[in-house]
Amino acid sequence: MPYTSDKPKQAETAEELRARIPGWGADLDPKDRPSVPKERFDPTLSGAHWEFPERQEEKWPRERSIEHSMLTPVFGTSCPPKGLSGVIRKYAYARYSEGRAAHWLLLVAADRVDTAESTLRSFATLRPDNPITQTGVLSEVRRHGWSSRVGRKRVDTGHQLLDPIIVGAPWVAAGLLGYAAIRRLTRGRR
Amino acid sequence: MRAMVYRGPYRVRVEEKDRPAIEHPNDAIVRVTRAAICGSDLHLYHGMMPDTRVGMTFGHEFVGVVDEVGPSVQNLRVGDRVMVPFNIFCGSCFFCARGLYANCHNVNPNATAVGGIYGYSHTCGGYDGGQAEYVRVPFADVGPSLIPDWLEEDDAVLLTDAVATGYFGAQLGDIVEGDTVVVFGAGPVGLYAAKSSWLMGAGRVIVIDHLEYRLQKAKEFAHAETYNFAEYDDIVVHMKRITDHLGADVAIDAVGAEADGNLLQHVTAAKLKLQGGSPIALNWAIDSVRKGGTVSVMGAYGPLFSAVKFGDAMNKGLTLRMNQCHVKRQWPRLFEHIRNGYFTPSDIVTHRIPLEHIAEAYHMFSAKLDDCIKPLIVPNA
Ligand SMILES: NC(=O)c1ccc[n+]([C@@H]2O[C@H](COP(=O)([O-])OP(=O)(O)OC[C@H]3O[C@@H](n4cnc5c(N)ncnc54)[C@H](O)[C@@H]3O)[C@@H](O)[C@H]2O)c1
Ligand SMILES: [Zn+2]
Ligand SMILES: [Zn+2]
Repeated sequence: MPYTSDKPKQAETAEELRARIPGWGADLDPKDRPSVPKERFDPTLSGAHWEFPERQEEKWPRERSIEHSMLTPVFGTSCPPKGLSGVIRKYAYARYSEGRAAHWLLLVAADRVDTAESTLRSFATLRPDNPITQTGVLSEVRRHGWSSRVGRKRVDTGHQLLDPIIVGAPWVAAGLLGYAAIRRLTRGRR
Repeated sequence: MRAMVYRGPYRVRVEEKDRPAIEHPNDAIVRVTRAAICGSDLHLYHGMMPDTRVGMTFGHEFVGVVDEVGPSVQNLRVGDRVMVPFNIFCGSCFFCARGLYANCHNVNPNATAVGGIYGYSHTCGGYDGGQAEYVRVPFADVGPSLIPDWLEEDDAVLLTDAVATGYFGAQLGDIVEGDTVVVFGAGPVGLYAAKSSWLMGAGRVIVIDHLEYRLQKAKEFAHAETYNFAEYDDIVVHMKRITDHLGADVAIDAVGAEADGNLLQHVTAAKLKLQGGSPIALNWAIDSVRKGGTVSVMGAYGPLFSAVKFGDAMNKGLTLRMNQCHVKRQWPRLFEHIRNGYFTPSDIVTHRIPLEHIAEAYHMFSAKLDDCIKPLIVPNA
């Protein structure tokens, strides 16, 4: 009871716990744990044999946080910015620090634009995007979608219904736009 | 090579991609023999992490064989079997020199607040990940370790993130003998955190989730006392009731950005992306722990703001501890624990799925189908 000074009694003694749970108390001493103390200065421990690493070649202007004073010596080279989403991303990095909401909101917006651009671009390839195979939704059958949800007390099944809308909305929008464009074209001909 | 590729929220596919090349003298190229999907990958998969680009290969849990090394690599040879921590780190910056490998300053130009992580968006450095046949591993002399002979590959791949993170989460709880620890989330991280809490001398370990099959695993694997929050009108009140109205000494958030249990929080964060993450479990942790207690946050949140109850944390005098896990720092001790037979990481693996079927694996893991807890990915299966 917190209304008096004593700690509530433990249900099991240390001996009982040691007997029931393999390894109980193996790291009992709080000072003898791998992440204690939080900071432990030892620059040779890691295996690094440099004071500052050699620099990786910058093959295209690499976008970076304005909170960095320089490009880091090593960086990822996946997916260079391209298209309209790339313009938005570069602006978000060049203009706003990580401290500003605008930085992140622009990047999230760029992600949505990137998805739309990439999907459109995929239609010009031999492998257009396919929402059925890419969402893995067919596994609903093989992986027991029904019995994994129905009759269970899980709370996430309600909002899972939103997922197909999130995935499908851009496709529906693109379809409607396409339809409208075709109608305008054919009307223009008449 | 074959590689998983992100195509947009909830959409991934396997593509033919160029094999990665050595881009820095201390790079290695690793041929992946096992990978896994992590709860963190779901934040990317759902489109919640800013600067997640179409075309990126995810995957920060992987082990494999060294296929090529750069000219300055001294500690690895072609053919070595290696496990690779999910952190990319230089070993020599201000932070690495102090053991804060997850916070390396030399590997992520895109953000100073985040270190480098394989296959985890440009916000974490823009590196392709290991859900592929091959992956570029920077700082090969610093990150990877040889897989000990006695360690199974399935256990090794789990040590590259989930096991180390759960163990780290229990450490950040600053558990002392006899403490009552409540773990929110019975996913891989929560299960390992619960098991690790006992190693640190907890007197009672409670696990909360809404997925019965995962709570069952928490009972068996982590010897925990479990509660399904879906059965209670107010799980915080229930936590008070079962702890003599004191509250737990330590709470661990092993849920993160997609937390369920409050529709408004979940939808504004996970679906509408108006918050960095849904802090339901974090808020429950803050409210369930006793005054003066510690909340350890392993759940990951995006860089945007989240509606966290800081007022309660402040008034209660809580200690909030958190970080990405410094994976490699945990390994020597975890090797001992596993060798001693205290637990077998792969006991929680439920699925082994060929890389070619990864879209189904993501859907299953995200929608929590087929009693999935931890799916491993096998290239060339
Ligand atoms: N700090 C790190 O270094 C690090 C490393 C790995 C993973 N993570 C993070 O840890 C979290 C868990 O990872 P995982 O692989 O176990 O994921 P997971 O998705 O498998 O597990 C999350 C679990 O939380 C449950 N849950 C949802 N809402 C809840 C609530 N309000 N209360 C209690 N439980 C709830 C879910 O049902 C699920 O079982 C993720 O956010 C992940 O990003 C952090
Ligand atoms: Zn992870
Ligand atoms: Zn570093």
